[in-house]
Amino acid sequence: MQEEFVCAGFGGQGVLFAGQALAYAAMDAGRSVTWIPSYGPEMRGGTAYCVTVISDQIIGSPVVRQPSAALIFNIPSFDKFEPLVAPGGILAYNTSLISQTSQRIDITQVPVPATDLATMLGDARMTNMVLLGAMLTAHPILPLQAVEDALRDHLLAKRPERLENNRLALAQGAEFVRQMQAEAV
Amino acid sequence: METMTAPLELQTVYQRPNALEDTYTNYCPGCTHGVAHRLLAEAIDELGLRDRTILVAPVGCAVFAYEYFDLDGCEAAHGRAPAMATGVKRALPDRIVVTYQGDGDLASIGAGEILHAAGRGEKISVVFVNNAIYGMTGGQMAPTSLPGQKTSSSPKGRDVAMTGNPMRMSELLAQMEGSAYVARRSLHDPANIRKAKKAILTALKVQEAGLGFSMVELLSSCPTNWKLTPSEALKWIETNMLPIYPLGDYKVADAVRDL
Amino acid sequence: MARELLKGNVAIAEAALRAGVEAYFGYPITPQTELLEHLALRMPELGRVFLQAESEIAAINMVYGSACTGTRTMTSSSGPGISLMQEGMSYIAGSEVPAVIVDVMRGGPGLGNILPSQGDYFQVTRSAGHGDYHPIVLAPASVQEAIDFTMLAFDLAEKYRHLVIVAADGMIGQMMEPAELPPMRPLPTKRPDWALTGADERPKRVISSIYMSAEAAERFNLKVQARLKEIRRNEQRSTEYETDDARLLVVGYGSAGRIAHSAVVAAREKGLKVGLFRPQTLYPFPEASLSKIISRIQGCLVVEMNAGQMIEDVQLVAAGQVPVRFYGRMGGVVPVPEEVLAAIEQAYDSMSELSLAAPA
Repeated sequence: MQEEFVCAGFGGQGVLFAGQALAYAAMDAGRSVTWIPSYGPEMRGGTAYCVTVISDQIIGSPVVRQPSAALIFNIPSFDKFEPLVAPGGILAYNTSLISQTSQRIDITQVPVPATDLATMLGDARMTNMVLLGAMLTAHPILPLQAVEDALRDHLLAKRPERLENNRLALAQGAEFVRQMQAEAV
Repeated sequence: METMTAPLELQTVYQRPNALEDTYTNYCPGCTHGVAHRLLAEAIDELGLRDRTILVAPVGCAVFAYEYFDLDGCEAAHGRAPAMATGVKRALPDRIVVTYQGDGDLASIGAGEILHAAGRGEKISVVFVNNAIYGMTGGQMAPTSLPGQKTSSSPKGRDVAMTGNPMRMSELLAQMEGSAYVARRSLHDPANIRKAKKAILTALKVQEAGLGFSMVELLSSCPTNWKLTPSEALKWIETNMLPIYPLGDYKVADAVRDL
Repeated sequence: MARELLKGNVAIAEAALRAGVEAYFGYPITPQTELLEHLALRMPELGRVFLQAESEIAAINMVYGSACTGTRTMTSSSGPGISLMQEGMSYIAGSEVPAVIVDVMRGGPGLGNILPSQGDYFQVTRSAGHGDYHPIVLAPASVQEAIDFTMLAFDLAEKYRHLVIVAADGMIGQMMEPAELPPMRPLPTKRPDWALTGADERPKRVISSIYMSAEAAERFNLKVQARLKEIRRNEQRSTEYETDDARLLVVGYGSAGRIAHSAVVAAREKGLKVGLFRPQTLYPFPEASLSKIISRIQGCLVVEMNAGQMIEDVQLVAAGQVPVRFYGRMGGVVPVPEEVLAAIEQAYDSMSELSLAAPA
């Protein structure tokens, strides 16, 4: 089983961080994992993105044409990746900044006002964790706890004071999706 | 008139410096490379540096310099001696590292490397032999060739409108913050040769004291390619080169004055 | 030491550090810059030499100078910079001093782009500077191999007093993958007996690449060729996957090799008898192992991120015994496993037609 996550947005929205959090969580869960960023001039233009591949087998290519999952933070990234999500895949996107909607019926859509929810928590920089929490709740390939542990053990190991906000943001995204699912039922 | 009597004890007043090999060189008769070699070797001897000096030879007439000096030595690619010397010096900061370069090597193909070595204040000493021509390849125009100078690649004389004016490397390198000592001397007569020796001694002392980049430019003769006799060639330096390349100290950092 | 999520460029830099690199000289160029940046931070911490040169030409000559002192030394770059370094590489080879160069390949020719490519295969295996020699070339296909091969590069460089190139590409350089770093090796305490240190109570030493007479230059060349022969005998490295019963052999190295691996797995799931051969040394080319497999298969498919360069080495080994087909992408396009699978299926079909057409 292989999952390919693309995280895309403006530089500064924490998209590379979100992809790495996922990668560390998967590594600690004993899965094969690769992470690769878009690099060079693109970083200074519209969208920054990264691809995290998680698999039970050896991963051939860290680069994918059609990701199975997309976390989209801004309009240019939506325009670029919405058509690329593999059929049967999942698209989580930040409706606080993205007004368009997807007409695709062959993918699962998870629209989340991630920046608004993060701002309500008092820190708009937590947009990335809100959307990641939402994604992993709609598509539970790893428990949220695994991401929290990965943040604690790796990415925020030297900044433990930031853990709590990240944890709250993950939970906020998860809660939003659970309510959405409850309403749908 | 008194009769000469043999002294009771013979005194050695002149001998081959330890830092020079007892060998023949490939230099042409009357070329001042031999003088420049001797001055560098004497200076190394006098400062007691022979056993910790590493020589970086250039491409040009002095390509075999490592065969003439009794020093550890290596041979750089054309123009790259300052970069190679940087590698040696950074690896072994307590050694004395000397490059010996001609004008084609230093001012043409290696202009970038020498400029940046000086810019970094690389603690190396450069002996720069300026004879206003490419010697080894047979007398082509160098960046240091004089306006109107006839060479095999400027057969009607250097046309400055077409090929620019002589590049004054000492003046240029003196502008670098990293340069501690930059001087131009000439080898056309004994008085100037003695001054050249003092300058080379200073350059080595500057390196020993870790004060920064040091270079001594030596105006030299190339009788073969200038198509002059050795004595005419020395006169040619005085008459033609000195007006374009004034002698003097172009950079003497304050700390150098205290040496 | 635990597995960490490491970026290829950083992993190579850290591996070099642990292999005991004492002096690094380099010039920034994408996609290898993190390698230089990591050493800019770490080398001074450890009291070692880091210097950003004014150009790749200067960088390689600084490496040359420091290598002459018996110092463990390296540089890193990408295609355009490697081109500028060719002069110095040739001098290093001509002087028999050890040095390690990392080439994180990008799309070319010219300025090209900064995306992953394997377009420098000829450059590093064939024409790494003027004159008659080949560097040893190692091609990692993962971050772990990038670490292991960087360590190995220093060992081989010193064992053979030869130039070793680690030929990675932008994908290996930029990606993060779990990998394990080796412990820090102790630095050498003694300089080798050829190193320039100053002629202190010993005869002077000279390091040069000049051999003026034809006889002397030929003697030196024969010595280099003898060493290369020894390298070809001792240092061929490769890995294989599902080659025992394979009818079609896919051959790929580095990033193309790992992508081909996924395609071979998928082909096996479809019941095709396909195997993978992945050279880990590009020079020496692992001809001994490849030759054994070629004797029992019906066809080869070479996969590269270039217009077909290693295919020439495969063809030399195949020597007309089996058809050798090619699939490649260029200019920084990374092939995905699905398209390699399609090429495998096509090659497999044409091979079946061939064997059907062949006389009994």
